[in-house]
Amino acid sequence: MSGVLVVAEARRGAVRDISLELVAAAGSLVRGAGGPLVVGLVGADAEELAPRLDVAGVDEIVTVRSPREHFEAHVAEQALEALVADVEPAVVLLGHTIDALGYAPALAARAGLGFASDAWSVQWDGMPVVRRGAYGDRLVARVEFPGRDRVLVLMRSGAVEPAAGAGSARVRALDVAFDEAAIATEHLGYREVERGDVDITQAEFLLSVGRGIGDKSNLSQFEELAEALGATLAVSRPIVDAGWMPSTRQVGQSGLTVKPKLYLAFGISGAVQHLAGMRKAETIIAVNSDPEAPIFNVAHYGAVADLFDVAEALSAREA
Amino acid sequence: MKVVVCVKQVAQLDEDFELRDDGRDVDPDCVEWDLNEWDAFALEAAVRLGESAAEAEIVVVTVGDDEAEERLRACLAKGADRAVRVWDGGLVDADVMLVARLLAAVVEREAPDLVLCGVQSSDGVSGATGVAMAGFLGLPRVAVVTGIDYDASARTATVERELEGGLVERLRVRTPALLTVQTGINEPRYASRRAIKQAREKPLEELTPADLGLDAEAVARTVASRVTAMDHPPKGDAAELIEGGPDEVAARILAIVEERVG
Ligand SMILES: Cc1cc2nc3c(=O)[nH]c(=O)nc-3n(C[C@H](O)[C@H](O)[C@H](O)COP(=O)(O)OP(=O)(O)OC[C@H]3O[C@@H](n4cnc5c(N)ncnc54)[C@H](O)[C@@H]3O)c2cc1C
Repeated sequence: MSGVLVVAEARRGAVRDISLELVAAAGSLVRGAGGPLVVGLVGADAEELAPRLDVAGVDEIVTVRSPREHFEAHVAEQALEALVADVEPAVVLLGHTIDALGYAPALAARAGLGFASDAWSVQWDGMPVVRRGAYGDRLVARVEFPGRDRVLVLMRSGAVEPAAGAGSARVRALDVAFDEAAIATEHLGYREVERGDVDITQAEFLLSVGRGIGDKSNLSQFEELAEALGATLAVSRPIVDAGWMPSTRQVGQSGLTVKPKLYLAFGISGAVQHLAGMRKAETIIAVNSDPEAPIFNVAHYGAVADLFDVAEALSAREA
Repeated sequence: MKVVVCVKQVAQLDEDFELRDDGRDVDPDCVEWDLNEWDAFALEAAVRLGESAAEAEIVVVTVGDDEAEERLRACLAKGADRAVRVWDGGLVDADVMLVARLLAAVVEREAPDLVLCGVQSSDGVSGATGVAMAGFLGLPRVAVVTGIDYDASARTATVERELEGGLVERLRVRTPALLTVQTGINEPRYASRRAIKQAREKPLEELTPADLGLDAEAVARTVASRVTAMDHPPKGDAAELIEGGPDEVAARILAIVEERVG
């Protein structure tokens, strides 16, 4: 048992970015753990997409043809089980993605694998060692897997730069006898969230508010402030969940990814799913009363202050 | 119909929290406990499913110490019929897999039509307990669900699953099934004063792992990870702090606005 199995991800005909980030993470891992570095891809179109994964460092690409056109969690779980049995890796790497969350923990449970999710890094220290956030990223935990000779790790996206450079991997198809009876779901369709009249992805200056504003009645004050400053109003997820603003204004993993020149955040803690949508903003200013809020780790400027005091002072100066 | 809802009490760190002497976790005296945000939505979804069924039983289950009892009573006040709490002193450092295994043992005993969990907990952020449970139980499952339409006669549920970037997949899943519920799926209710009083009379069962047929050896065998140290994250290129009172902060922000997008 040695080497690393990376499970790549594709959706609607395209390999997802996380796949090459996983290859990069695996590249440094095999230096300690030993090779090979094998990439697995499961899908109806896995063979066609395989060349996209042939980057420097990959020894072999193993494709599994799915009996379903779209991702199906129970297909994915069986395919992963077959890949692990075939490759016999010491470490299995997947992305901490919505798809992977739907099947990887189930296999880890059934197969008795060491397990960690939302990992910031995985390193070889005579054994696999994971670092991951704890308590909403206020702390970092070092995680080991005593007594497990195989571990499965779900890696946070954006944690490492994607692997690049032409590769020379062997490509092989693995035949899996799927148990049809265990495929418990049927795909009915996809739906995109409607676009509104305002496109926050095009705005140069976003004023973004989070749960820190406390109450719906406080929202209008920030709408007015945004207008006075020439900014477009955006929000974090709880504001949309509460029905105070439409999802077209939501920044983050399940909302929109924005890259404005300036992102001014009031009362947003900086959860990983929020950061996923705005960390590439050119300049980030965060106003938050909690000095430990993780948003200060990505912000360029931070004010530890009450957001209402700052908002009022801004309005007074603009008036 | 019968629905099992798995809930967790989550820790919110005090401003000046300290680590435990062994450095592997936060000193439990430095936290405040609350019901996990995601679980509140899962509970509400279960209660609503129950209300639209001819007959229903909603069972809330947690793995947690005696502090967690308060959280279970709150769930009972919001519409659950009965509660189960699994605990013994050996579970203080339980990882995702052990918690999932214990919850699975309760589900096995209850044999519900649906199991609902939150997508993740706000303190552990593993996002894995529910689906790991489905693995132990061999149950069909869908993760990150934002809509549930249960059809008792067909023994299926039509659900919506939220993907990245605002994409939603509609799918039908065979039941019994396990769903992990995402925030925003509904608007969780508040409990009335009367319901809070009534909740005190509702049954709350306490079990140990041994009661569920898991002896110390089985518990130890299930643990799949161990936190060996906790630390403050590296600060990286930390933010430049804007000092001063609100007016000075506002002036500085306006200067940056002028410079960047003026
Ligand atoms: C699968 C999945 C997808 C998700 N997708 C997204 C997404 O797309 N976008 C998103 O935003 N989230 C998303 N989330 C949710 C995310 O995990 C967080 O729950 C959310 O981002 C928290 O929003 P928040 O920062 O506004 O609220 P909180 O985390 O509650 O933070 C509120 C902040 O306000 C501060 N505050 C309070 N009062 C004041 C005051 N008077 N003055 C100054 N500061 C104050 C507090 O210190 C705190 O830091 C997703 C979660 C999951 C599991």
